[in-house]
Amino acid sequence: MSAAIHVSLGQVAGSLALVVLAAAISLWQRADLERDIAVATARSFVQLTAIGYAIKVIFEVDSIWLVLALLSVMVLFGALTARSRAKRVPDAFWPLLIALSVAGATTLGLVVALGVFDPTPRYLVPVGGMVIGNAMTASAVALNRLGDEVSDSRARIEATLALGATAREAAAPIVRRALRSGMIALVDSTKTTGLIFFPGTMVGMLLAGAAPSDAVRLQLILLYALLGSVAIAALVATSLGYRGFFTPAQQLREPLD
Amino acid sequence: MLFELRDVSLSAAGRLVLDSVDLDIPIGATAIVGPSGSGKSTLLRLFNRLADPDRGSVHYRGRPLVEYDPLGLRREVSLVPQLPALLEGTVESNLRYAAGLAGREPDCARCLGLAGLDGAFADRDVRKLSVGEQQRAMLARALAQEPKVMLLDEPTSALDHDARDAIEATLGQLRSELEISLVVVSHDPEQASRLGDWLVRLHEGRVAGCGPIEEVLR
Repeated sequence: MSAAIHVSLGQVAGSLALVVLAAAISLWQRADLERDIAVATARSFVQLTAIGYAIKVIFEVDSIWLVLALLSVMVLFGALTARSRAKRVPDAFWPLLIALSVAGATTLGLVVALGVFDPTPRYLVPVGGMVIGNAMTASAVALNRLGDEVSDSRARIEATLALGATAREAAAPIVRRALRSGMIALVDSTKTTGLIFFPGTMVGMLLAGAAPSDAVRLQLILLYALLGSVAIAALVATSLGYRGFFTPAQQLREPLD
Repeated sequence: MLFELRDVSLSAAGRLVLDSVDLDIPIGATAIVGPSGSGKSTLLRLFNRLADPDRGSVHYRGRPLVEYDPLGLRREVSLVPQLPALLEGTVESNLRYAAGLAGREPDCARCLGLAGLDGAFADRDVRKLSVGEQQRAMLARALAQEPKVMLLDEPTSALDHDARDAIEATLGQLRSELEISLVVVSHDPEQASRLGDWLVRLHEGRVAGCGPIEEVLR
């Protein structure tokens, strides 16, 4: 692998020309996104710069506890963000927090245990961020779908409960569909990797001068890790999340909205 | 008594649906009548604990309903909702599912026959049934559990006259041959008088009449 490339602030400023182009297109086509583009640009600059400094400190301190603290914060904010997309699911925060924690711990634990990565901040922070980020998206999509399905299928769920089925049995078909919708996007994008798009890690490594074979192998490891984490997160989130719709007497609660 | 309600009130979606209801429902056949929104369907939901009252008590065969295991209760006191809501699959798979929950092996042909459906319906995909056929498949599914009490919410609302007469005959047969108690919600007082010995009349969540059918209708 060659030496890392260096990017100046001037080069970053130059790339803003494309942001101006995006805002101009929005203005021209009356898409009404100029303000959002400005906010997104400012937020991405501030957030990435801040996390860049945080990562620099974490790399220098080289403490596993600091890494775990950062990953815990990611899990917490991930659960809060996903909850805002699963508004129809009662008490969605705890299922999401547990889902992201289990997905992150299992996936990172496994890749470290298998010797794929060393347990150092240089690997755990970026890989942990990707794992938790993808797990967050998958569990948010799954719970959002779960909320919609319960809302659309209330009559069928109650008719099944009326036969003496448990809440778990009555919810099984919709939990299955919600789990599938949480996982399907990553499964589909994994199928087309290398044909339609190049994933970010591989692009980053190639830009940084790594050998293509190394970039591909690392990307494969990450893709497989992400598939595992997304499956775990969606499974845990839906398996715990459906319970919020039912009372201990196996009754369907009144809808939130 | 089959069911006894004392001072039962229940609100749903911010509206008082049942208001201080005192009611006795004997073993046998009871019809519940009243205009839309009077609380008829909610009453049925209380009887097999799909809902609990905010206030008051419901007893089943002399024992508080909350003391029963809700799953066991629902297999004994079967509710057939007004809107058909079968599980994906065939009619037979629905009957097998219901019977399996009650730990039984279903006699599909007999259950279908009692509900006025030909045995050939067993293999039919539920998505390809008319609403009336679905309603009868729901009845057959409930019968597959061999319940002791059936709670029927407008069981003939989607049926034509002939099919309605057939279902009413079946309900009479269930009562006399299988000794199943029936609680039937109906918007039609004439149907109520054909099906029930006991009548409950609800109006705006309150009991407007309760007793032997000839006395309440008089």
